[in-house]
Amino acid sequence: MILDLQHIFKDYNQDKLVVPVLKDVNLQVEEGEYVAIMGPSGSGKTTLMNIIGCLDRPTSGAFELAGTDILTLKDKELSNVRLNSIGFVFQSFHLMPKETALENVSLPLSYAGVKKKERKERALKALTRVGLEDRATFMPTQLSGGQKQRVAIARAMVNNPKILLADEPTGALDSKSGAQIMELFQKLNDEGVTIVMITHDSNIASHAKKVYNIIDGEISQAVKKEETHEEEN
Amino acid sequence: MLENIRLSFKGIWSHKMRSFLTMLGIIIGIAAIIAIVSTIKGTNEQIKENLIGSGDNTVEISLYQGDWTYEMGYEGIPAGVPVINSQMMEEIKNIDHVVGASAYLSRQEYEVYHLNTSISGGNVLGVDNSYFSTCNYIIRRGRGFSQKDYSQFRKVALLDKDSSDALFQGEDPLGKTIEIKKEPFVVVGIVEKSKIFEPTINSIEDYYTYSQDASGKIYIPNTTWPIIYQFDEPQNLVIEVESTDDMTNAGKSAADILNSYVSSSDETLKYKAEDLLEQAKQIQQLSQSTNSMLIWIAGISLIVGGIGVMNIMLVSVTERTQEIGLKKAIGAKKSNILGQFLTEAAVLTSMGGIMGVISGIILAEVISRLSEMPVAISVPAAVGAVVFSMAIGIVFGVFPSYKAAALDPIEALRRE
Repeated sequence: MILDLQHIFKDYNQDKLVVPVLKDVNLQVEEGEYVAIMGPSGSGKTTLMNIIGCLDRPTSGAFELAGTDILTLKDKELSNVRLNSIGFVFQSFHLMPKETALENVSLPLSYAGVKKKERKERALKALTRVGLEDRATFMPTQLSGGQKQRVAIARAMVNNPKILLADEPTGALDSKSGAQIMELFQKLNDEGVTIVMITHDSNIASHAKKVYNIIDGEISQAVKKEETHEEEN
Repeated sequence: MLENIRLSFKGIWSHKMRSFLTMLGIIIGIAAIIAIVSTIKGTNEQIKENLIGSGDNTVEISLYQGDWTYEMGYEGIPAGVPVINSQMMEEIKNIDHVVGASAYLSRQEYEVYHLNTSISGGNVLGVDNSYFSTCNYIIRRGRGFSQKDYSQFRKVALLDKDSSDALFQGEDPLGKTIEIKKEPFVVVGIVEKSKIFEPTINSIEDYYTYSQDASGKIYIPNTTWPIIYQFDEPQNLVIEVESTDDMTNAGKSAADILNSYVSSSDETLKYKAEDLLEQAKQIQQLSQSTNSMLIWIAGISLIVGGIGVMNIMLVSVTERTQEIGLKKAIGAKKSNILGQFLTEAAVLTSMGGIMGVISGIILAEVISRLSEMPVAISVPAAVGAVVFSMAIGIVFGVFPSYKAAALDPIEALRRE
């Protein structure tokens, strides 16, 4: 089991008012799974992703990532978990605008203390994996939206994380580029990468093999892809 | 670390104007300090050079009675003060850094004549053969003293330029006879310092300080001394040392050795080394105290510059909130972010420091051209200035960097 979330609650305090955002969320993800968490805005899906991504702590509950009890870790240890076990992909890419594609991809490696030469090799390999080896020296402004997102995916993958965590990965892309990103996710999943994707778009969610719906902070049972296919057929 | 420095240069370069304006406070402060320090150092070196003379590392040691040099009357050497013998000379020559030593006799003499011309206040010195090499004199014309001059008590004399000018006024003195205390001496040669050194005189005060020694000197063999004076007179000693910085210590050691042989009932009778370094320092201190005030004032501008750096770093942190959030999300620790911003602040102010040193040197050169004040660039001051400006960057960068490191990544990523 890669992800194991048990009875996760998250409350926000707003002007002395306690607003519950997540209510008793249970989620298990096995290694090699491709999971989508779908919900409208305000449903608590971003909060859930922040918790899975070790950026936020739940108010109560239990959370294990690859067997490690995340909630007992200190800030510094959480940084290491984010560095080595989680690869983030964001809606708005978040590339460093003044750095080349290659430098962007090698950024996590520098935090991991990897030597310069090896950094370059591994970053180039990750770029090759997303099909952008010929854009290594390009600046983000010289890349299309889809290419930027692929650079971001290469950056997320460069440390060989246990899980790829994507927040609306196609949200800022046209449908054609979005489809290419979904193809890339499929390819990575076929290679054994565990993917957790958060989206409000059911078309995008349908690319995952398992879809959870989250509404008002409550998560529904998974809908297996095979079943949806049957329905469509 | 290297990665941080690379990022810093990139960041500074991408905001050239802003970075330059931020650095300006540091540049002005450092430039002012370097210019002041250079003028102080230039003045000090000139004072030292004027007093000591460049390259002539000799120290004079004389017998003092209280605060004044011992004045010979008719009574001869005071009781308890022995004549400097070869054993004492050996001991003195064995002092560290002493290259040579020579004992000589000296008197101020008013009765020196060539025909009807006299010099007043000239010095007659009875010297041995080692004196001229120890004091770096060379024979400019004629000859020096020979072995026979000493052994046969020949009445021969050497003149320096001042005494020959005064006595002969352009006439050729070689072979001519002069009278010292009514005894005739034949001038056999003219001596001169091997390195002629003219003190730089910028003001009337300088003139009084440096030009007291202009009356001439007349040298005779020490064996002929008793012909005009007496046997066994107190001697002076001149030692030559390796470098200027050895002068004080070697001079003291030599005086101590001589004093260990003194057994006079008069406690005030003592050999003392004239300490030119000490004199130079005293004059230097006068100019230094006013200038150190200026340095403090320039230091205030550095603090103002540092606050400017802090201000811009705070703006920079706000601007780069997203970048910081992303970096933290992908695994950067607080220390990574802290390091990045501290490095940026330190690189910024170090660059300001380097530019300040360069402008300071230019400023100092301009000052020296315009006011004819001497300047000397101090390498330690330049290095110190750059290190100090780096420290300013770190000190004033701590608060903004800490703020950056403490940002909540969720908040930071959400901000557009």
